[in-house]
Amino acid sequence: MRFVQNFPFFSIILSMFSGIISSVLPARAARWLNTALIVTVGAMSAALLWFLTGTQEAYVYWMGHFPAPWGNEIRAGVLEAGMALFFCVIMLLSMLGGEKKLLGEVEYSKHNLYYILVDLLLSSLLALVYTNDLFTAYVFVEINTIAACGLIMIRQNGRTIEAAVRYMIMSLLGSGLFLLGLCTLYDLTGHLLMSNIKEAVAQLAEQQAYTVPLMTTIGLISVGLAIKSALFPFHTWLPDAYGYSTVSSAAMLSSLVSKGYIFLLIKIFYRVIGFDIITESKVINVLFVFGLMGMVFGSLSAIRENDIRRMISYSSVAQIGYIYMGFGLGTEIGMVASVFHILSHAATKSLLFISAIGLTDVSRGSRKFQDLTGAGYRNKLAGVAFTVGSLSMVGVPMFSGFVSKLLFMEASLGHAVKMFPALIVLALSTILNAIYFMKTVIRIYVPDRRPDCGIITGKDEKLYAATLVCFIVLNVALGMLSEPIVQWIRTGLSMFG
Amino acid sequence: MLGPNLFTNYGEAVAVVLFCIGFSNLLLQKNLIKKIIGLNIMDTTVYLYLAEKGYIAGRAAPIVTDGVQEVSAYINPVPSGLVLTGIVVSVSVTALMLSLTIRLYRRYRTLDLDEISARLKKEGL
Repeated sequence: MRFVQNFPFFSIILSMFSGIISSVLPARAARWLNTALIVTVGAMSAALLWFLTGTQEAYVYWMGHFPAPWGNEIRAGVLEAGMALFFCVIMLLSMLGGEKKLLGEVEYSKHNLYYILVDLLLSSLLALVYTNDLFTAYVFVEINTIAACGLIMIRQNGRTIEAAVRYMIMSLLGSGLFLLGLCTLYDLTGHLLMSNIKEAVAQLAEQQAYTVPLMTTIGLISVGLAIKSALFPFHTWLPDAYGYSTVSSAAMLSSLVSKGYIFLLIKIFYRVIGFDIITESKVINVLFVFGLMGMVFGSLSAIRENDIRRMISYSSVAQIGYIYMGFGLGTEIGMVASVFHILSHAATKSLLFISAIGLTDVSRGSRKFQDLTGAGYRNKLAGVAFTVGSLSMVGVPMFSGFVSKLLFMEASLGHAVKMFPALIVLALSTILNAIYFMKTVIRIYVPDRRPDCGIITGKDEKLYAATLVCFIVLNVALGMLSEPIVQWIRTGLSMFG
Repeated sequence: MLGPNLFTNYGEAVAVVLFCIGFSNLLLQKNLIKKIIGLNIMDTTVYLYLAEKGYIAGRAAPIVTDGVQEVSAYINPVPSGLVLTGIVVSVSVTALMLSLTIRLYRRYRTLDLDEISARLKKEGL
């Protein structure tokens, strides 16, 4: 056992303890601790990723000294380590970018609570990424939900509390289904560790025994996690929750919380049920159809919206639809495309949320489109950043969104029946994306002299400007260096097996 | 095939029916308190389901008394452990939901979620 192999455990426990310690720290210290924590965990994940790329072998880490069927386990491969690193980067940038807003929107006495919630969110995300035990995954799913609910309602007004209630209701429905599926799976197999369940499920499938309960279980787990990650018909809580919470929360909720659940679902597909059984089941067809519907209806709702934050939120619904469509194709390359889209959407959506704040700030705080006219001139960097995010979402070459769209196209070509609906909806959704994002970009670059609005330059808000630059670089990097990243995803997924 | 199975596993069947009742209450009720009651029914029935699955007739909880050591004398302790963990989780989410409900009630003097949404739209926040 090399020392670096302890890092997944260290990162989970460190973030948990930082949350506990932050409760007695003053807000300033809690903020420093939070930043230091995210940087440390990111560095540890990077070291682990480097180590695993060297060995090319996933490993299992015993929590406590009990061997496989009894003890709890952590498992790390390149995909897990890379995901942890990516989550840390996005979280750090979202926190730094929204820091000024946080000061204005949240009471100062509540600030250290905010950092506690972020620490707990990080620990639960890491646990979801690394755990090898299904019931542990359930517990951390709930911790994640509670932390996310706190992040929504930390900015106190009627809207956010109502959004938090709606979010909780939907999430609890999802976790109820997930829990029931989990219990049935435990009954069928007698195990809770992912690798043991997979062996037992393969045996059951071979003997053709318990096919109906097994399919029901797959359905319950997939639908449960789909509800939690806001797949199309279950997205009603989303625009309020993302639209009215403080901006760091919105960026983290859209790019991290829902992605944590989706990553867990991928893990369950590969490591619990087995990819062959999943592709044969009918459940992925359901995910496919709802994914397609989400791609269209999410974009349609976004077009109707007259509020920039809510528009970006509705666009999330469409992007989650893309990811589930990739699952629904049921091919290896479809999964690769989905994982890439997780990265690309996380990087782009948080960029959009953070840059939209810069634009509304120079429009007297209004989020309505008519007031945003010319905002791109008043805050040049935010305008550029928003344009980059929009181009990436639409799928213009050089940016990350293009690569994921290309991968989705390639993936759908490999499937005889689902090829046509997938391609048609992809094209349609791209056009709809272009309509609402380009509408916004044109709007913010219409020359309009408004002496009543202030002008903000990069020099005034150095931290904010630096965050935006980092986000733009990340986006372009994902778009230009897609080859090694796709290669990394492929290796990671094959390590799942 | 279905009939006898359903009859021998009537405990599980009851649990699943109750789960559906709790689920639809949480989803469809307008009143927040009724929603929370639905949530509790839903969570509790999962524990009923687990307890039904974990129990083997005629066996005792796995605590060694009177020096009986054979495995056949005891039931599987894991489902009971899962129930305990699950109870902790559901208590905390119920507490969170109740506190959110109190906040909304103090602000709007109603427990009807749809009415609160309508009022928020009118406020145009």
